Amino acid sequence: MTQLIWNGIFIGAFYALVALGYSMVYGIIKLLNFAHGDIYMLGAFGGFAMLTAFGGSVAGGSIVALLIVLVLSMLGTGMFGVVLERVAYRPVRTAPRLNALITAVGASFTIEYGTSLVAGPNPEVYPVQLSGSALHVLDAHINIQQIVLVGIAVALMIAMNLWVLRTRSGRAMRAISQDPKACLYMGVNVDGVISWAFFIGSALAGAAGVMAGAYFGTVNFLMGFIIGLKAFTAAVIGGIGNIPGAVLGGILLGLLESFGTAWLGGQWRDVFTFVVLILLLTVRPTGLLGERVTERV
Amino acid sequence: MSPFPGVPTEQPPDSDPGAPQPPASAWVAGTETAVDRLRPKPAATGDNFLTKALQNRYLGWAALGIAIIAPFVDGSSFAIGVMTNALIFVMLAVGLNIVVGYCGLLDLGFAAFYAIGAYVSGSVAKLLEWPILATIPLVLAAAIVAGVVIGGPTLRLRSDYLAIVTLGFGEIIRITANNITVTSPTQMPIISGPSGIYGIPSLSFGGLDLGPVSNPLGSYFATLLIVAIGVLIASRLGRGKLGRAWRFIREDEDAAEAMGIHTYTVKLAAYIAGAMFGGVAGILWAAKQTAVSPTDFQFLYSALILMAVVLGGMGSIPGVILGAIVISALPDLLTGAGAWRYVIFGVLLIVVMIFRPQGLWPHRAVERVRRRLRSRSGPYDAEPPGSARPPVVAP
Repeated sequence: MTQLIWNGIFIGAFYALVALGYSMVYGIIKLLNFAHGDIYMLGAFGGFAMLTAFGGSVAGGSIVALLIVLVLSMLGTGMFGVVLERVAYRPVRTAPRLNALITAVGASFTIEYGTSLVAGPNPEVYPVQLSGSALHVLDAHINIQQIVLVGIAVALMIAMNLWVLRTRSGRAMRAISQDPKACLYMGVNVDGVISWAFFIGSALAGAAGVMAGAYFGTVNFLMGFIIGLKAFTAAVIGGIGNIPGAVLGGILLGLLESFGTAWLGGQWRDVFTFVVLILLLTVRPTGLLGERVTERV
Repeated sequence: MSPFPGVPTEQPPDSDPGAPQPPASAWVAGTETAVDRLRPKPAATGDNFLTKALQNRYLGWAALGIAIIAPFVDGSSFAIGVMTNALIFVMLAVGLNIVVGYCGLLDLGFAAFYAIGAYVSGSVAKLLEWPILATIPLVLAAAIVAGVVIGGPTLRLRSDYLAIVTLGFGEIIRITANNITVTSPTQMPIISGPSGIYGIPSLSFGGLDLGPVSNPLGSYFATLLIVAIGVLIASRLGRGKLGRAWRFIREDEDAAEAMGIHTYTVKLAAYIAGAMFGGVAGILWAAKQTAVSPTDFQFLYSALILMAVVLGGMGSIPGVILGAIVISALPDLLTGAGAWRYVIFGVLLIVVMIFRPQGLWPHRAVERVRRRLRSRSGPYDAEPPGSARPPVVAP
């Protein structure tokens, strides 16, 4: 039981990190960034490439080397997110919603198969494996590494929340999500703030990717697809556009999956998740913490 | 009959018969009215030869003619196989076009209906040893049920939610197919998990064998017949009352609702219609391949069908057919391009959306006015277009 809860929280931390970027972008420009899960995948591959390039120096699996790689990957995926927004999403921002969605699907496709071209279609094994001694807390096996990863995730979430609540660009971001046109009139650099949102969202997804790669050990070019779906589910559970909601949704989804796996068996886990998503959308489409949003005409 | 003798029928439709009218001649003297603007220009004003050719009403027959002649131009079994696949893909794209093109609902899990069609027809035909065409009613029923189950709760939602829910639904169907194993009472495996269904009977009609190997031409023409009927139905649907309601919802859902269209029912109708097309395409696929497995219904496939619709032109039947043929035939023709293919697809989606969102062969913005002589004379059609009924005066 405790084990199930801990597993759920651990997986949920990954979902929450990815869901944050989803939710933030959706909150600002009402775009479902389908490529967000693929940015997670890019982060995993970026970390993989760097660790492979450094070779033996990090063979010991030191957590410091991993942290450096994590930060570099975050910068890389963040920049990538900015470029993606500039190239693919900005031109269709004023177009009908359907066009923007299809553009996002195209972007997701391009990233996935572009990566498979560069890195090869087969799964790659991460050079650094995190395996360590386990603690026993109330019958649950908890790795030190798991605690470290959850700690990093929580630190990133707190940092992001501070950024949104306390900084000037964070305030601009919240204002844009309410009324982009009025912000433009007030002299807010709307494009710049949107770029920032993409940078931060993508960096968080990239961080989740590196951590997932280091923890689970393998990466492949389609790994972003399913987590993108689940992160969206998490964002919806919490109320899309709502930042604490995304974290709550991620953790809840992790717990749901953990218990769903225990009850129904691992092969039905994803089915369980999506059934929960559909049911939830039917009952409470605004999510747990979301307020009623009227679709703008 | 016109209430104003001497005033030609080009009177503006909003004119109030009770209000003082300007001299009749003012209307005659070359003033273009709203009704006129809707009519296609009689002479070649800006329409070049190609545009006129592309809007010809006999174009569909010409395309059918080409499809009939094609196997005699290159009758190799490879070519016929490619063409049969293209036809099935046309069926899928035309079905998705009802949902995405006509009604503007993004469906990212369309392969789920395809899978339902293939699985229902394949397993029933194998279990009960029916001819595969006899499973069509069952598949249609299953598609309707699936359409209602997934569309019912989600069509009230925001459009982006619908996209992701359909994506999740596609995954649910694929994973479920991957996980189920069914054996017949005689211990014959019917559905075997990741291996799917094999040994599905090919198309046959009466005593006529239309198998893709034994009789490729027969198989091709049988598929062509079914797909042609499907295209005809889709095209008629799009032009009818329901089709107009769909387009109205696509353009402005709130306005459509305000105009008295029951948007939820109409959207559900689009969803179910699309599901039925997907189901029939699944039958054709199962019959052609004689084996289906869950890997046939990955998200990739849903995305490719969407790609065909978007590339060709959402809402335009000829465009969608062109898009489907291009998308389905390209991989077979460009096997050398290999992994680049999907990258190119992705970039194409973005580029098309940015630079040509209406697609390669878009739907005409202006509808052709039906010729009066051919139209059935309803109570309003019998009057000339200008003579509006007296306006209802507010008390």
